[in-house]
Amino acid sequence: MSPLDQVVPTGAVRFHVEEEHEHSGGSTMLGFWIYLMSDCLIFAVLFACYGVLGRSYAAGPSGADLFDLPLVAVNTSMLLLSSITCGFAMLEMERNRRGATLAWLAVTALFGAAFVGLELYEFAHLIHEGAGPWRSAFLSSFFTLVGTHGLHVTVGIVWMVTMMVQVAQHGLIPDNKRRLMCLSLFWHFLDVIWIGVFTFVYLMGVLA
Amino acid sequence: MSAPSHTHAHPGAHPHGDHHGDASGHGTLKGYLTGFVLAVILTAIPFWLVMGDIFADSQTTALAIMALAVVQIVVHMVYFLHMNTKSEGGWTMLALIFTVVLVVITLSGSLWVMYHLNHNMMPVSAHDMREMP
Repeated sequence: MSPLDQVVPTGAVRFHVEEEHEHSGGSTMLGFWIYLMSDCLIFAVLFACYGVLGRSYAAGPSGADLFDLPLVAVNTSMLLLSSITCGFAMLEMERNRRGATLAWLAVTALFGAAFVGLELYEFAHLIHEGAGPWRSAFLSSFFTLVGTHGLHVTVGIVWMVTMMVQVAQHGLIPDNKRRLMCLSLFWHFLDVIWIGVFTFVYLMGVLA
Repeated sequence: MSAPSHTHAHPGAHPHGDHHGDASGHGTLKGYLTGFVLAVILTAIPFWLVMGDIFADSQTTALAIMALAVVQIVVHMVYFLHMNTKSEGGWTMLALIFTVVLVVITLSGSLWVMYHLNHNMMPVSAHDMREMP
């Protein structure tokens, strides 16, 4: 009995395999989502670190002494506004309007840059007051957590500018649409992380 | 691996080579605006609670802002990240649930263990801390 006799009855399986090749980019969104989930774990570890060390002031300043809530509120609104404009960019992308997509992406990147700028101002202010990451375990974990988030937003802005150049040069081709979908997921994900940051770090830091 | 079954369900549905996550991956203007309004409200309330000293007990305030944060995260997941049980054949939801379980274990485990560790350490006064190298 040759092996061929056993293959023939299950020949229909081959059809499935060939069909799958047409959708080579089909798993990109799932793969990117799994990357976001692993990124989420990085932030979970940093949050746990802050949760453990956040009250170890080493006789230094506490969150209540340092945090400027109105500034944090402005910062939060910058990120929220950038989230909705990113959504508008995605809607325009679906309608295949290149100019409007580029415009909304530019607005999103500007809001993101405002967020990073305000955060850098806050960090510079803290360091100027002698409350740098070296001062206490609380400040080390604070700078690590908030700094990692800020770094993510910075990378997001770089990615956004890259995509604006790509869309301007090649238009809203399927490849660029897929990349923009990933970028918007990334951007909204960073906003979700920021909810945790302003709640657990800033608001609860001022409460304690 | 939901691609084969999907291909059979909608042969040639995406002639431009779009991926099969498309159908559920996009939002609508109404969805984004609803999410934005909810997010603004859910952000404004915790800031107001803390900055206005609404509750006398800070424990109550802490519980309230944590609850609001959880609600806001769900709002962002649904309206901005378009999370649902259908997208990618349910695999994104499965990955999310797995991640949430890991996050809960990491956070609660770290806080629980380290709290007891701190609790059982010898007390160090602020004066001793200043004298430390």
